[in-house]
Amino acid sequence: MLGFVARRILATVPVLLIVAVLVFLMLRLTPGDPAAILAGDAASTEQIARIRANLGLDRPIVVQFGIWIGNVLGGDLGESFYYKTKVATLIGQRLEPTLALATFTILIAVLVAVPLGVLAAWRFGGWFDRALMGFSVLGFSVPVFVLAYILIYLVSLKAGLLPVQGYRRIADGLWPFLTHLVLPAVTLSVIYIALIARVTRASVLEALGEDYIRTARAKGLPEVRVLVRHALANAAVPIVTVIGIGIALLIGGVVVTESVYAIPGLGRLTVDAVLARDFPTIQGVILFFSFVYVLINLLVDLSYLVFDPRIRY
Amino acid sequence: MDAPGAKQYEALSIEAAATQAPPGALRRAAANGSVRIGAGALGVLVLIALAAPWLGTVDPTLFDAASRDLLPGRSGEITTLDGEKLRHTFWMGSDSLGRDVYSRVIYGTRVSLVVGILCALLALAIGIVCGLASGTLRWLDGILMRFMDGLMAIPAILIAIALVAMWRGSLATVIVAIAIPEIPRVTRLVRSIVLSVREEPYVEAAISLGTPIWKIMFRHILPNCIAPLIVQGTFICAFSILVEAILSFLGVGLPPDIPTWGNVMAEGRQQFNDFPHNIFFPGVFLAATVLAVNVLGDGLRDTLDPKMAKRV
Repeated sequence: MLGFVARRILATVPVLLIVAVLVFLMLRLTPGDPAAILAGDAASTEQIARIRANLGLDRPIVVQFGIWIGNVLGGDLGESFYYKTKVATLIGQRLEPTLALATFTILIAVLVAVPLGVLAAWRFGGWFDRALMGFSVLGFSVPVFVLAYILIYLVSLKAGLLPVQGYRRIADGLWPFLTHLVLPAVTLSVIYIALIARVTRASVLEALGEDYIRTARAKGLPEVRVLVRHALANAAVPIVTVIGIGIALLIGGVVVTESVYAIPGLGRLTVDAVLARDFPTIQGVILFFSFVYVLINLLVDLSYLVFDPRIRY
Repeated sequence: MDAPGAKQYEALSIEAAATQAPPGALRRAAANGSVRIGAGALGVLVLIALAAPWLGTVDPTLFDAASRDLLPGRSGEITTLDGEKLRHTFWMGSDSLGRDVYSRVIYGTRVSLVVGILCALLALAIGIVCGLASGTLRWLDGILMRFMDGLMAIPAILIAIALVAMWRGSLATVIVAIAIPEIPRVTRLVRSIVLSVREEPYVEAAISLGTPIWKIMFRHILPNCIAPLIVQGTFICAFSILVEAILSFLGVGLPPDIPTWGNVMAEGRQQFNDFPHNIFFPGVFLAATVLAVNVLGDGLRDTLDPKMAKRV
């Protein structure tokens, strides 16, 4: 088993390396002098020259990549000319809101979607099942920012229940923190709920067809116990998997949601960096998000060992 | 490395094992309720896009300072390029420059459909080539698939945003930028079909008869890919329409004067409290279009690709 864990961790290295190569090449594919692009429009000749020397831009491209990846591994993602700070520092500053939003979203999504999916599988083909399937197609189709504005309009502007926009740090008090976060998290969770509910339904449905379910029912177990202890427990692996994969959707959603709700997180940073054509920041944020995505999916893979004791490597 | 890419398909079941569509699949698809509803709605949208100039619209780039921020249903004036003043009823109101939102939304149908369809075709075309290459050329397989794994590890919207930022927004760059992150999915799909079809007796027979490789591809391998690729194509189309709207909305997509639903919404953001219609009308069109494509895709998956349908 330890061998599996080690192999699985090692397997992420080539993927992360390819991601690094792609992000590195991104800048080279842009027309123009990379040093001038990295320095920004308002840079002086000396600044551009310094960047060129630092990154070894006059050396062969392989050497350039080596220098760059060395810096990245050392935690140096370059310097943002727009914010005049280290990109790594910038990411650190913007991490809290995004982390809070993402955690909250995943929590809502799992707590809502898993019971819905189990219920739909239990009453397969019934009105609830069909309604959930309909909702799930709708959830995939309504863009997150349209949903955001509908919710802002109904909940904040018309009913006046929650703040319209903005973010409060958790240090400023738990209540304002939560009230500012509820609406963005609900908005963002809809597509996630659609995804998880669909997979939960499908995998519970498959488990419900197994012999051990009939046995469990035959020996007179209460239906809830049959569904949760036997059906859901055996359907856990695909559900956990899709939660991990959904992180990609979540990251895309974070970029949009933070923009609409004026949350100063990493998503907002991404958009601002793109609008300012701040390439060091764009590269840093993409690297960071991809790293998190790969890392979470690594954890998901390792969690199979816990969720399904039958899996032994 | 089999994550996150490989699992993606296991979980979402977008990937199909090689299942040639059973006979009469097209007829069954045409009889399927979801296919009919989706295709019908999409047909209406295509008609709207084609007939845009004759649907009571004006040139979507025209503006008139006197007709700024009108509520839906009000009438006002609009100045044509010749300087002529026209009476015009703003069915969906006007934006803060005095442009007709109705005209912009109707013309926006064109952009969304073109982006959706071209992105799907582009991603399919490149994905088919890569998938066939990967499935048949063993020396290429490892490198190409590792590359695709890496590409899939970067969230799609981030790739699209970054590429458009580099190349600056135009219709062509936006389409390419949105299509690129979709290529690995198609590649994996085609590759998996090639790998399983390769073991079939009829392919072995063809090889042993000395049939040229291109002929095997066109006669035996590609026909197996058609059904799952059509299904995959519809989902790429739906996703691309969404991403284009997101890019425009964030201000990193097509230039703001081009009438797209995302641009209309981006323009309406500032005044959302007072004029929510600038967000809602294009939003409804956008959601309805994506829904129509998704419903069509679901129906096609259920009928063309039974193995895939069973899993979700």
